[in-house]
Amino acid sequence: MIEVDDIHKSFGESHVLKGISSHFEKGKTNLIIGQSGSGKTVFLKCLLGLFTPDEGTISYDGKIYSELSASEQRNLRQEMGMVFQGSALFDSMTVEGNVMFPLGMFTKQSKSEMQDRVDFVLKRVNLVDANNKYPSEISGGMQKRVAIARAIVMNPKYLFCDEPNSGLDPKTAILIDNLIHEITQEYNITTVINTHDMNSVMEIGEKIIFLKNGLKEWEGSNKEIFKTDNEAVTDFVYSSELFKKVRQMYIEERN
Amino acid sequence: MNYIASIGSYFIMIKEVFKKPTKWSIMKTLILKEIDELVYGSMGIIIFISFFIGGVVSIQTALNITNPLIPRNLIGFATRQSVILEFAPTFTSIIMAGKVGSYITSSIGTMRVTEQIDALEIMGVNSLNYLVFPKIIAMLFYPFVIAIAMYVGIFGGWTAGVFGGFSSSADFVEGLQLDFIPFHVTYSFIKSIVFALIIATIPSFHGYYMKGGALEVGKASTTAFVWTSVVIIIINYILTQLLLG
Repeated sequence: MIEVDDIHKSFGESHVLKGISSHFEKGKTNLIIGQSGSGKTVFLKCLLGLFTPDEGTISYDGKIYSELSASEQRNLRQEMGMVFQGSALFDSMTVEGNVMFPLGMFTKQSKSEMQDRVDFVLKRVNLVDANNKYPSEISGGMQKRVAIARAIVMNPKYLFCDEPNSGLDPKTAILIDNLIHEITQEYNITTVINTHDMNSVMEIGEKIIFLKNGLKEWEGSNKEIFKTDNEAVTDFVYSSELFKKVRQMYIEERN
Repeated sequence: MNYIASIGSYFIMIKEVFKKPTKWSIMKTLILKEIDELVYGSMGIIIFISFFIGGVVSIQTALNITNPLIPRNLIGFATRQSVILEFAPTFTSIIMAGKVGSYITSSIGTMRVTEQIDALEIMGVNSLNYLVFPKIIAMLFYPFVIAIAMYVGIFGGWTAGVFGGFSSSADFVEGLQLDFIPFHVTYSFIKSIVFALIIATIPSFHGYYMKGGALEVGKASTTAFVWTSVVIIIINYILTQLLLG
């Protein structure tokens, strides 16, 4: 479980996070949503340890990050997996090389053990016959799968995803969402996803945090988000015509 | 003020490069790859430039000897001194700042833009050690490049002098051996090691700490080349004063 207690973060005069508290449970897909500029990415980077909050604490299964030594922080980071918006695969390595990279870097496994593990995770993300291809030779959806495979190859306790389905067609986006959801439950990982994709919210949002202007505006599940009367949330969620119609139908059905 | 902050950040970066080393089995591969890219991959252009620079020095010297009392072996002497003292270590380093430096900045800068460096950091890898340390070690082989540049430069001078009809081979070789001070070669190698560290680290700094997108990668490469050249010129002056002054 990840617990966040009153974190603040500023860049010069700009106060980006103004005191956010929440917790992210194990085995659940936790979503952070909000408009561009609401502080989602800064919040996620604080969770990842890439930014140090000016105030407040973040603890991972009881271990407060800011109180750990540099080496303990590095060890903790090895328990984290991250799927970047642009996949962030290493261009100079093949698919197999990318997935094998953390194993080669941090374990003492033999080449054949690493190969077995790589084959297993690539199969788990439904990626076959791509081991020797370079990232530039595969599609965006496949790159996301490789990124997920790389993120889970070390059996992480925490999985972070920054807009994992941006730039993907709706069908592939749903496949990626479901894959992350399945992996979260299968390996009992604490997953935090930064997104503004409402399909993801509806599909896999077991816990949702809505950020607005650096503050937590609303918190709940994908079932509750339909019922909320919070104006900021409804404005955000039902900004598209499709969702407006869905909401209208829901209200009519309820009445 | 920005310049002072940048200089401070540069030295902090250097300190970080030597912290928490990457696993040796991986580092070994990275170093060999960088030697291939940065050192071996630059041999062609270095040989080409050195040959013609040596030739031009030889011709220029010959054309400026109008007094018949000046011995023709001066052509070999001047070529040797110019090539060993300046053209091989300094001129070649400016070329390398363009070729290798821009490669280093753009490759690290692209990794920054595409979040590959963030990916390394999140995995718990010391990204500065992983990216910059192999380049520094690879560039320690740079004096070998300079040695070849010296040899080829002098050979270029001999070719231009002899086949251009400016000097006999015997006069040229006699000039090469005249008043030879071995420390000049040592001085040249000391300079080349210092320049190698500059070429490896300043472009890395500009690539690693760049912000923005693809356009900024290009701008960072240009800035890195300018600053690497400026620092090489200044350090060249200081080292010359210290070692030969």
